[in-house]
Amino acid sequence: MSEMKKIKNLKEFSTSADRFEGANLLCPGCAHSIIVREVLNATNDDMVLSASTGCLEVCTAVYPYTSWDASWIHIGFENSSTAVAGAESMYKALKKKGRLKQPDRNPKFVSFAGDGASYDIGFQWISGCMERGHNIMHIVLDNEVYANTGGQRSSSTPIGSSATTSPAGKVSYGEKKNKKDMMTIMAAHGIPYAAQVSPNKWKDMVKKIQHGFAVEGPVFINAVSPCTTEWKFDPKDTMHLADLATDSLVFPLYEIIDGRELNITYRPKNVVPVEEYLAAQGRFKHLFKDEYKYLIKEWQERVDANWAYLQRREEARV
Amino acid sequence: MAFDKMELREIEVWDGNFAAAQALRQAQVDVVAAYPITPSTPIVEGYAQFTADGYVEGEFVMVESEHAAMSACIGAAAAGGRVATATSSQGLALMSETLYQASGMRLPVVLNLVNRALAAPLNVNGDHSDMYMIRDSGWVQFDAFCPQEVYDLNLIAFRVSEDHGVRLPAIVNQDGFMTSHTAQGVKPLSDDAAYAFVGQYKPMNDMLDFEHPVTHGVQTEEDWHFEHKARQHNDLMTKVMPKIESVFAEFAQLTGRKYTPVEKYDMDDADVCVVCLGTSVETAREVAKEMRAQGIKAGVVGLRVIRPFPFFQIADALKGVKAIATLDRSSPNGAAGMLFNEVAGALFNTDTKALLSGYIYGLGGRDLTKAHLVALFKELQANVDAGKVTTQLQQFIGVRGPKLAFL
Repeated sequence: MSEMKKIKNLKEFSTSADRFEGANLLCPGCAHSIIVREVLNATNDDMVLSASTGCLEVCTAVYPYTSWDASWIHIGFENSSTAVAGAESMYKALKKKGRLKQPDRNPKFVSFAGDGASYDIGFQWISGCMERGHNIMHIVLDNEVYANTGGQRSSSTPIGSSATTSPAGKVSYGEKKNKKDMMTIMAAHGIPYAAQVSPNKWKDMVKKIQHGFAVEGPVFINAVSPCTTEWKFDPKDTMHLADLATDSLVFPLYEIIDGRELNITYRPKNVVPVEEYLAAQGRFKHLFKDEYKYLIKEWQERVDANWAYLQRREEARV
Repeated sequence: MAFDKMELREIEVWDGNFAAAQALRQAQVDVVAAYPITPSTPIVEGYAQFTADGYVEGEFVMVESEHAAMSACIGAAAAGGRVATATSSQGLALMSETLYQASGMRLPVVLNLVNRALAAPLNVNGDHSDMYMIRDSGWVQFDAFCPQEVYDLNLIAFRVSEDHGVRLPAIVNQDGFMTSHTAQGVKPLSDDAAYAFVGQYKPMNDMLDFEHPVTHGVQTEEDWHFEHKARQHNDLMTKVMPKIESVFAEFAQLTGRKYTPVEKYDMDDADVCVVCLGTSVETAREVAKEMRAQGIKAGVVGLRVIRPFPFFQIADALKGVKAIATLDRSSPNGAAGMLFNEVAGALFNTDTKALLSGYIYGLGGRDLTKAHLVALFKELQANVDAGKVTTQLQQFIGVRGPKLAFL
């Protein structure tokens, strides 16, 4: 049987099983390590982990060191999902053949990848894994930019953000396209579970991760990962940025069960204006010039419309 | 869950693809992850049918691309079990990134590569462009000339690849259509004998051993990358060939079928010879015998092992020959040709006075006819008689239009 951990309080949570070492090279204030710890702390079961090429990978497995006290594999940029799907297939085969070394274990297969490795270059691989029904969880560490290589735009980069390949300049406000709706696309595969999570709402995250581990079949998790380096905020403010993301509803927390049933899992008591979220980050600084203020208004309208859409879907149970 | 064994006749009539599928079934591969592509598709289809009929206990995963096929193979191999796949041409090109990752991570995988031309122009027929493209990828590479050898070399490849002193993935090449789709007599082992030869997979650094967590696929920069690559090359240069030769010897004891890294035919007293790969070896063998009736002492050298390159074995095989032709079935696109270069490298610094010339042939499935080879052997004899290469060093044969020759 799968072992579910009962999480009582933050102190206990932060000191529970440590399979991801603090000794890593991630930036001070990086949300990646916080999210990874929250995921790993959601279960006592053994894990087979993978990471796509990216910040998490290059900062945690630089030979001769490793930050991982669990089975871990990195192959390339696009294929962390398929790497654990391969391992999961081997697990099934050896289970059938009675050749598992520890047959009583109930391992969890989890791939981590950035938004570039998920929304863009790894999109096909993830879709293949979801369609085939592997018993894996794919987690996007969504910082809305190719952070590892210095801040190039991905299809998760939102409108108006200044990225190095869609920079703001004399005649440009930066990124022109809106963020790809990965949750809807993934849910459309009919997978048993898809959810958005945020490191500041750790109880919500753990609940969702545990639900994801409990279901049979592929699970997609999109985790907002505020990036001190590319979003340009003070490293001490990571959780504040996560709070602004969830409480402005720029990054709403919800889940989609079996591709159909949408549940909003967090409703902020006081909704923060989107302007506050944008103003806290250097990547949107130029939007506060007079000529671009209309974009801030459009941002608010877009977030409001999306929130209304999510609520309609939740009510309609579709 | 159990699986059924298959009763096989002493001699089956199999094409190269079915021979490969049968070998994978008998090796009781734990995970086959694959994507179909002509002309290797029947391997995957054959294996799928075995699975559907209850002859396979392992997992069979049909993925969405060749890149994903090898990605899943790598994940499965790192998890700790026997892994195999098949592909051709564009599929190999797509998975080429992961080929380097499989070998660099020292993961045993057996890949059946059914050789086919590379686009553009698009072409589904056999040549060796795909084989040549990934020759420096760190995989052990075998070459089969007929369906029997496809079957045998698959069983041998698992033994070599999975050996704890080797731990490198292995490719078994066969010619697209000429071998893959041509049914011939194949003498298989019984299911039990084949599995006894391949043996049960012995895991190493397996991710599914939760008492010993392992990190696969690390980052190394200028501080360690060179040492890792050097060590892999060192193993290919020093450990792999002895292992191949010992597995060949064991296989010969079991079956009577003897393989060597460099196969020699009529070479004992040969004045002239060709060095080639795949089905061309068999055509050349027949023509060489006919040339001998005409007074030209012709021989044939076929490469059974392409990587590691049998440097000394090929020099030894060509020791007494007076004129040599290398036959490259891939456009060198601005160079002399892979076999020409490798053979020249192996012969340089030796006592040979042999005259070496190269021929480019058979691109995109163009036939290499006996007439081509008769003319070729006559040219080699003319070189011997003149004491020099009488043609240009590189000639295209079988191509339409005015004669194409370079160098």
